[in-house]
Amino acid sequence: MIRAAAIAHPGPGTPQQERIIEAGRHDSQYLPELWHYRELFYFLAWRDILVRYKQTAAGIAWVLIKAMVTLLVLTVVFGRVAQLPSDGVPYPLLVFTAMLPWQFFAGALTDCSNSLVGNGDLIAKIYFPRLIVPGSAMIVSLIDFAIACGLLALLLAWYGFAPDWRILTLPLFAVLAVALTFGAGLWFSALTAEYRDFRFVAGFIVQLGLYISPVGFSSSVVPEQWRALYSLNPLVGVIDGFRWAILRGTTDFYWPGLAMSFVLALLLLASGLWYFRRAERRFADVI
Amino acid sequence: MADVVLNAEGLGKRYLLRHRIAGYETLREKFGENLRRLASAKRATPDPRAATLEEFWALRDVSFQIRQGEVVGLIGRNGAGKSTLLKIISRITEPTEGRLRICGRAASLLEVGTGFHPELTGRENIFLNGAILGMPKREIRAKFDAIVAFAEVAQFLDTPVKRYSSGMYVRLAFSIAAHLEPDILIVDEVLAVGDAPFQKKCLERMAEVAKMGRTILFVSHNLGLMRSMCRRGILLENGRMVCDDLAEATVAQYLAGFEAPATTSLLERAQRHGTGRVRLSRLDIRDSNHTITRRVEAGQAVQFDFHVTGRLPALTCSFTIYDSIGQAVTCFDSAMQSILNPADEADTPLFVCELGELFLTPGRYRINAALYCQDELLDHVESAAMLDVDQGMSGVRPVVATPGYGSVFMPHRWMGPC
Repeated sequence: MIRAAAIAHPGPGTPQQERIIEAGRHDSQYLPELWHYRELFYFLAWRDILVRYKQTAAGIAWVLIKAMVTLLVLTVVFGRVAQLPSDGVPYPLLVFTAMLPWQFFAGALTDCSNSLVGNGDLIAKIYFPRLIVPGSAMIVSLIDFAIACGLLALLLAWYGFAPDWRILTLPLFAVLAVALTFGAGLWFSALTAEYRDFRFVAGFIVQLGLYISPVGFSSSVVPEQWRALYSLNPLVGVIDGFRWAILRGTTDFYWPGLAMSFVLALLLLASGLWYFRRAERRFADVI
Repeated sequence: MADVVLNAEGLGKRYLLRHRIAGYETLREKFGENLRRLASAKRATPDPRAATLEEFWALRDVSFQIRQGEVVGLIGRNGAGKSTLLKIISRITEPTEGRLRICGRAASLLEVGTGFHPELTGRENIFLNGAILGMPKREIRAKFDAIVAFAEVAQFLDTPVKRYSSGMYVRLAFSIAAHLEPDILIVDEVLAVGDAPFQKKCLERMAEVAKMGRTILFVSHNLGLMRSMCRRGILLENGRMVCDDLAEATVAQYLAGFEAPATTSLLERAQRHGTGRVRLSRLDIRDSNHTITRRVEAGQAVQFDFHVTGRLPALTCSFTIYDSIGQAVTCFDSAMQSILNPADEADTPLFVCELGELFLTPGRYRINAALYCQDELLDHVESAAMLDVDQGMSGVRPVVATPGYGSVFMPHRWMGPC
């Protein structure tokens, strides 16, 4: 029995690859296959980005308006009305540094969970590693994230707030956010494909998450004895990290929370990949 | 054997049909089900509702070998397992049992425009669709001009495809797929698109691909096309392979399968679908003398009596006549103008369709009939009856068989050169 050695595109002249198709078979070839389909991954991401920003001005303007309005509302509600402490930085900065990872998480989770169903016609008609679909949905959210980072730079300049060396650690927190989000996104995409009503859960989490995560307020308002429990929300560590890195460490940083986020992100990512791979072979039958 | 590119051994695919409320599975149901299962485990009595999971083999025990360069037609009724087989070959779904060995790259001509995005331009869609079909970027670049030329959309390349006419859309989609050069090409009922010249072009392109020594697996309900394109035919019936022979022979056996049940009572037919609230019970064909027959003369009056098992408001009947190579010739629909005759017996209503003159050329025809109530399909019976048309006269003109030149006759008049 010869297994597929590599999955290249054999032209007419090249020696042909053999492939065996059997129940439960194509496990060992998954990684090389992902690599082989990388172009499809680029193209799907490129398509999603193109569609989102097709009318470039309107597309980017939309992202900006959404961010500014959210920023305004959160600042007014938590900073002015509730008079929560700002840890010595302008309140809008406190809010915006948290909105960066939060909006990335919310957007990517929503897009991921709808991605398989949205690409149902592709999944039902052709083969490719399904991991590409939620993966490319993540890319779009990353672009939004980049735009929001630009907005942050403007905001920092406006307040005359210069970050220090800690900003160099920001990519690490960003990677943590991506890992966490992708892990959750994998679970949600696979579950939504199998159980359509699961998309309501994603919407619910995104709605609720804004209030149970320290987006509109600093996590220092949480009483000390509850901090460990509060850190069970993996976004707490990520958001605290973003604030610490951007706002010169002036905000309160609960290190065990970061460790907790790290562990939870790894757990989510690993279990998400495991579940997605398990569910993957059923997608074409259930979509 | 070195040149066998596709080797299937005992392929089978089982689906579990869940009789569910929504069209898809919901978490709510799953939870409910598990709760019920827990509850019933405690009581140690089997839950009757657990039995709603039904096993269904879409494909069973299918074995064949296809060699390099063969053009094989896959024939079968709807639901015979053709699509499932193609899905296994193109790796979309896994077989439940059996084994399939494939040499080289298999790719399918998709249903037109799968993966097209309406907001993107023609150019962008070419790259996107190419990638979806598995063409590397450099290959798409190399073939870009050929694709555009084939599709005849050069001046609209930078227009979003949502502004394309449906013809342009179809041409572009097919053109991309047609320039795919896999070792095994799977063509699933996609040639029935576009206008006649474009269809011709598609067929030429397929012949070209075949000549390049590539293997083609072809599925179509167009049996004429099947016979001209393929050398070999595989017939599937209820998920099993019943014939693997020359295309000609396979098509003949397929059509014979339609004739066999045409003599039995309609209520006993298993080959039907629909909700079944009202069913077709009998189809009588009457000739010009009003005698029930299966044999009528061309150019004479014919009457079709459809007996149904009940009455419903807005009940309509439609039927289609197919010729001997499986092409639909014409169809009739009572929804266009309903005559629900007051029946002889009070409980069996009757649909009567009268044809003043039968404009079919001599040959054997097959009739599929269906009952509808608004949009609900109540009953659909394949091969409800066979109809033999004999030579006859239309006015002063004899109606003769014109095999290969159509099966419809039209009353007409010639005038010679003055």
